[in-house]
Amino acid sequence: MQDRTPVLQLRQISKRFGAVQALSDVDFEVYSDEVVALVGDNGAGKSTLVKTIAGAYRPDSGDYIFNGQRAWISKPSDATALGVETVYQDLALCDNLDVVSNLFLGREDGTRFGPAFADVLDEVEMERRATTVLKELHVRIPSVRTQIANLSGGQRQSVAVARAVMWNSKVVLLDEPTAALGVEQTQQVKELIKRLRSRGLGVVVISHNLADVFEVSDRIIVMRLGRRVATFETANTTSTEVIAAITGVGPQHRPNGANA
Amino acid sequence: MNQLSSQTQSNLVPDGSSLMGTLRQRVRQGNLGPLPVLIGLALIAIVFQLLNDTFLTPVNLTNLMKQIAATGTISVGVVLVLLLGEVDLSVGAVSGFSAAIMAVLSVNAHWPALLAIAAGIVVGGLIGLLQGFWIATFRVPSFVVSLAGLLAWQGALLRVLGTTGTVNLTDPLITNLANALLPVWLGWVLGLGTVGLYALLLLREHQRRRSAELPTASVLMLGLRIGLVALATLLMIGLMSINRNPNVEPAIRGVPMAVVIFAVLLIVFDYVTQRMRFGRYVFAVGGNIEAARRAGINVTGIRISVFMLASALAACGGILAGSRLYAVNQSSGSGDVLLNAIAAAVIGGTSLFGGRGRIWSALLGALVIGSIANGMDLLALPSSIKFMVTGAVLLAAVTIDAVTRSRRETNTR
Ligand SMILES: Nc1ncnc2c1ncn2[C@@H]1O[C@H](COP(=O)(O)OP(=O)(O)OP(=O)(O)O)[C@@H](O)[C@H]1O
Ligand SMILES: [Mg+2]
Repeated sequence: MQDRTPVLQLRQISKRFGAVQALSDVDFEVYSDEVVALVGDNGAGKSTLVKTIAGAYRPDSGDYIFNGQRAWISKPSDATALGVETVYQDLALCDNLDVVSNLFLGREDGTRFGPAFADVLDEVEMERRATTVLKELHVRIPSVRTQIANLSGGQRQSVAVARAVMWNSKVVLLDEPTAALGVEQTQQVKELIKRLRSRGLGVVVISHNLADVFEVSDRIIVMRLGRRVATFETANTTSTEVIAAITGVGPQHRPNGANA
Repeated sequence: MNQLSSQTQSNLVPDGSSLMGTLRQRVRQGNLGPLPVLIGLALIAIVFQLLNDTFLTPVNLTNLMKQIAATGTISVGVVLVLLLGEVDLSVGAVSGFSAAIMAVLSVNAHWPALLAIAAGIVVGGLIGLLQGFWIATFRVPSFVVSLAGLLAWQGALLRVLGTTGTVNLTDPLITNLANALLPVWLGWVLGLGTVGLYALLLLREHQRRRSAELPTASVLMLGLRIGLVALATLLMIGLMSINRNPNVEPAIRGVPMAVVIFAVLLIVFDYVTQRMRFGRYVFAVGGNIEAARRAGINVTGIRISVFMLASALAACGGILAGSRLYAVNQSSGSGDVLLNAIAAAVIGGTSLFGGRGRIWSALLGALVIGSIANGMDLLALPSSIKFMVTGAVLLAAVTIDAVTRSRRETNTR
């Protein structure tokens, strides 16, 4: 299928929550310049997998491989240090802060005079960079100094995505980025996802909307009950096949020989 | 102007580039800032001046400023805690207890004044550390921990003061802390210096924004901002530089130290919250604690330090109050101190719901409460009426907060 080394790869990842085996021996890989859709029914383990990749959960077993090298991830900042950024389903933006402050939250530009907490923030530089990034991504907001509270759902999503990609990131994980959005805003976010791919990033998108999945993705990975049950090249499959894999009923299939 | 800046310029409501535009935008966004309280202050001043023409005199206004300095200082800490979305009910008791520590060390143990003062503030900070640690690690609501603190530190105050229940402050350095008057020339130097520094900061930022091709406020707005700050500062200093002795000699003039200390704390903490990393993180934690955590912010550290700062500021307020009255006694920091400190922050425009507010609200709110109390004293009204009016004002302020908040939320979708 692809001969290149994946930018990010997980091998035989398992994760258990008490009695629930959320992930069992899951392999996962994403390449640069591609959009991988992660699909599956509720409770299939998609969010758990993404949170494991993001460093928010520690797997019980399995390997984390970044650019062909093993990596040890025990907290979210370990993942972001590698260039793996996550846009969680609830976005994690501060409503009371403006767009610039949110884009730079935890990574502000500033001048150091003594201890880090006393850094004097460089608002001008941050605003300049924020304006540039949002322009590159064609994100339209009234002003970079608007509070998040005054933005629409699509604009918030765009800000969250922009925050994930402005740090020289290699992989971006999006957990249901369009779940709460209207038609036009969904379109905005899908355009944004395609733009990320054209910037050379590996993009992982969780979505329940197969039409969206078919529109933006290059590959589709299907999970069911904590296992990866099928992989499809988006160009060579149909939604019937994907639905069959998600639900586990219907005609058996061996698409592209890539069953995991 | 190049393409980038003209494009951003055109599709946004420029931040504060026109006065009416800014105003309209703010009303729409439910972000009124200090406007309601400024209007309220003006109304209060007009009403009291009409009822009694001694209200707006240099003597009375200087008195008023001196009266609010201690509570206002405590209120600065309350603003910090409210920004986190928490509350601290122990600030009154902590102010009394810390002042008592200072008093006993100075008067009974004969410590040098500076050491005694420092000890009082350090004790305040340590109390905040303990309470903040409790709140942040055991997840006990701050309301409860600080309520327990209120009781405990009030008890500690009685204990420290011993059988007499009062310690009269004698060390001139301690009593001068609130009561000394700044030489008139020094008042002007400090005032002009502050205004100059403020203007310099704004102009430099304006310059940098322009060279980074970011949208800039109009020169008119810039001038207006600097002009207003200059006017308010210099007016206050001018007022306090007029001789306040009705017998003319010896002249009583100059800014009281208590006011200077309060002003310095306001400026320092406004800068810290608006321009420094620490302040940004306080707002972030108050706005969305989970987002702050995921952004790698040390949420526990921020919360503990804010409670520490609030208690240390409460100690400063308590020391100022003791200094002004030349004594610390069993009622220090009790009564309406706590309520006024919290009410001042809220009346001044800091939200009870966390993440929104400015340090300046400590001054504005304390001015409202102080003016009402002062004006009613001039009219010789009983304190029953004073309490009821202050209560009504507080209710009005909280209502404005709640209404603008719901307006923001309906805006969102
Ligand atoms: N923190 C947790 N504690 C306990 N159980 C959990 C936790 N997180 C997930 N689970 C369980 O693990 C399983 C997989 O959950 P996960 O959230 O990964 O599913 P999902 O595929 O994202 O579903 P959805 O489409 O509903 O978001 C579920 O059975 C869920 O109940
Ligand atoms: Mg999920």
